[in-house]
Amino acid sequence: MSVPEEQDYVGLTELPSMEKGSDKFSQRSNGTTGLNLKATELRLGLPGSESPERDVAGAGKSAVVCGAKRGFSDTINGVSAKWALSGNGGSETSLGKDSMPNSPKPLLHEKKQPQISAVPPKEQVVGWPPIRSFRKNSMASNPQKNGDDEAEAEAKGGCLYVKVSMDGAPYLRKVDLKNFTSYRLLSSALEKMFRCFTISQCGSHGISSHDNLSESRLKDLLHGSEYVLTYEDKDGDWMLVGDVPWEMFTASCKRLRIMKSSEAIGLAPRAMEKCKSRN
Amino acid sequence: MECKRKKEWPESNDSNRPTTFPDEVLERVLSLLKSHKDRSSVSLVCKDWYNAERWSRSHVFIGNCYSVSPEILTRRFPNIRSVTLKGKPRFSDFNLVPPNWGADIHSWLLVFAKKYPLLQELKLKRMTVTDESFEFLSLSFPNFKVLSLLSCDGFSTDGLAAIATNCKNLTELDIQENGIDDKNGNWLSCFPESFTSLEVLNFANLHSDVNFDALERLVSRCKSFKTLKVNKSITLEQLQRLLVHAPQLVELGTGIFSQELTAQQYSELETAFNNCKNIHTLSGLWTATAQFLPVLYRACANLTFLNLSYSTLDGDDLAKLLVHCPNLRRLWVLDTVEDKGLEAVGSYCPLLEELRVFPADPYDQDVVHGVTEAGFIAVSGGCPRLHYVLYFCHQMTNAAVATVVQNCPDFTHFRLCIMNPHQPDYLTDEPMDEAFGAVVKTCTKLQRLAVSGLLTDLTFEYIGKYAKNLETLSVAFAGNSDWGMQCVLEGCPKLRKLEIRDSPFGNAALLSGLEKYESMRSLWMSDCNVTMNGARLLAKEMPRLNVEVIKEEGINNSKADKIYVYRSVAGPRRDAPPFVFTL
Repeated sequence: MSVPEEQDYVGLTELPSMEKGSDKFSQRSNGTTGLNLKATELRLGLPGSESPERDVAGAGKSAVVCGAKRGFSDTINGVSAKWALSGNGGSETSLGKDSMPNSPKPLLHEKKQPQISAVPPKEQVVGWPPIRSFRKNSMASNPQKNGDDEAEAEAKGGCLYVKVSMDGAPYLRKVDLKNFTSYRLLSSALEKMFRCFTISQCGSHGISSHDNLSESRLKDLLHGSEYVLTYEDKDGDWMLVGDVPWEMFTASCKRLRIMKSSEAIGLAPRAMEKCKSRN
Repeated sequence: MECKRKKEWPESNDSNRPTTFPDEVLERVLSLLKSHKDRSSVSLVCKDWYNAERWSRSHVFIGNCYSVSPEILTRRFPNIRSVTLKGKPRFSDFNLVPPNWGADIHSWLLVFAKKYPLLQELKLKRMTVTDESFEFLSLSFPNFKVLSLLSCDGFSTDGLAAIATNCKNLTELDIQENGIDDKNGNWLSCFPESFTSLEVLNFANLHSDVNFDALERLVSRCKSFKTLKVNKSITLEQLQRLLVHAPQLVELGTGIFSQELTAQQYSELETAFNNCKNIHTLSGLWTATAQFLPVLYRACANLTFLNLSYSTLDGDDLAKLLVHCPNLRRLWVLDTVEDKGLEAVGSYCPLLEELRVFPADPYDQDVVHGVTEAGFIAVSGGCPRLHYVLYFCHQMTNAAVATVVQNCPDFTHFRLCIMNPHQPDYLTDEPMDEAFGAVVKTCTKLQRLAVSGLLTDLTFEYIGKYAKNLETLSVAFAGNSDWGMQCVLEGCPKLRKLEIRDSPFGNAALLSGLEKYESMRSLWMSDCNVTMNGARLLAKEMPRLNVEVIKEEGINNSKADKIYVYRSVAGPRRDAPPFVFTL
């Protein structure tokens, strides 16, 4: 996928710059190594938008894009199903972004030093490094010796049930994350599961330009402006679903919450506009 | 009853005509040929030999399921007992191919059921198989013996249950890494009590618990068991009981390798292992800890293949274990063993031929360990017979690679994965061109190469100039211009598989290989600079190639994001999903 307009989830076609907040606040310690603090600072950007001064991989040769925050719909709908990791903040200068190395590559790290402090946060690309999904999943659920939830993962015999709540729904559901291998599958399953709660709310938003109701309306609701999918991770933080590779997500997700966009600060109006502009 | 063809013995009184063997003799001789390459050569000699070969062939290998159709296959080879089929392009292992792409086995099974009712073996790689297909298979082939699945998807453990229930003559069930819907372990209990023929059982990569009593009974009544690879649900205590029933095992995959054991249980376990004098292959060893590895020591004396790629061992534990494995030929480890562990490899395993080092935490941004160029050099120094390497690392230097290939000039498979795309030599900041230049210049027997790191067109110039035996090349995030790819296409006479991702090769490069692709199995290019026009031109010029572009739906631009080109005698696919455009 190499033309900007394809990369919806990156939001290259979206409204630029300073809008109201997004759900995703970087709650991990930000890049205090001095590398690109911009990437990690709290921004008032719409999901899917980015500030003008960010230099995005317009050439888009590689699937890696950095810096943009985006809503659930963008994240899941990744047309090319590629993930940009902005977990610790993508760095504009880091590698992988520019896969047309006609110019000399920037110095990635200081010479002769161990990798840690000098290497900018790695960006992650679909299918890279080239390890079979099976192995990736196995390692994700088979943490290193010092992992303390190892026993948990083993005891459950290969299940990862988490509660799913939806704002406004009278009761919760549970899903086994091991049943899915990608965000897209999880998303469809959740759509089906919570369809009954959202149909009645289809109302008159006028978001959808589709003719048929229910499924596409629901998709618009879940993928569009109405709801955002978030999860609580091991540290107790609420995160936007879709940022990290799937295996990392399943290893750290404790529960899911389908949150009303309006719960997220001032999101709804802009999100609806965004949805309209996409349709 | 084999199908026999009748042919008249040629009446010939002409003394100038060379004597020909009777068909029966020729077929008998040719039936001793196993290698499919040899058989291909034989079939080209003359029409008689072509016919004798096709009648005597019992095993067929199909590297690309779309290169031939089941009808064509069964017409040519009437007596096949064993089929190996590979489906999707290799990059599908890394999620670069959308789901439902194809390679469904079912259409093959339908034809096989009619034409090869005596089919015994099916080995599948990257094929899509449904539970219905398994059921059909289990009921259609009464002599079915061997099923092996690697990197396949589309099925659940229900499919395995059908196999276990119905295949009365099964000798081998080998479920390797697959995208299986692991519902439960009930399939294992489906083997009937009367069933005793199993020799190979591998369910190491399934997660669900199985009924241990059923497994124990199965192992004890199948007297010819030689390969048993259990999954994580099997404890050490249970393993001990299995070993007591099958001390003759040649290949063993353990379950979880740590547990609270009494002294007596520990001792019993050790004894059980000591009684296994024939173990050549050892794997599993999940969560193996230093405490339990010693039970293996005696059993490792004859070990030739040790697969620790699911064990997070550190260097010290590995070293202690390797002291007892002097005959090791193949070793797979995680990079948790670090350079120290690899030094131990170099010290204790002089006969080593193959090393694979997998990353334990490829996405962890705070990784400070893993293996480096030092470990690589250490292994090469101690293991001069090393000819197969797969090495995932975070840093590498040109000098180190040059040293490695100087120590080990016999590499046939060199797969180096520096995990950060575009990473240069971390000491000199130069591209890694000279590293791979050294590889291709020194390792004249090189058949397979995977490159990584910051690479310019120079790397590909080297490859084209020196890698004359190269058959498979994997490229990612590399090169500067079309010239690089052209060098390879023009310079590597034996190239069969070329897979490229995220590299700046475009139409000119693609089209420079026009003459080449018919002699190759396939070409894959994703996220390069190829456009639909380039792809169409290729398709137009080379009608005997299948040129397919994978485009996600709704995207309407001129880029050919993913292009897959392969030769085929079966014509364009008739089962292509909407996102695959056949040009």
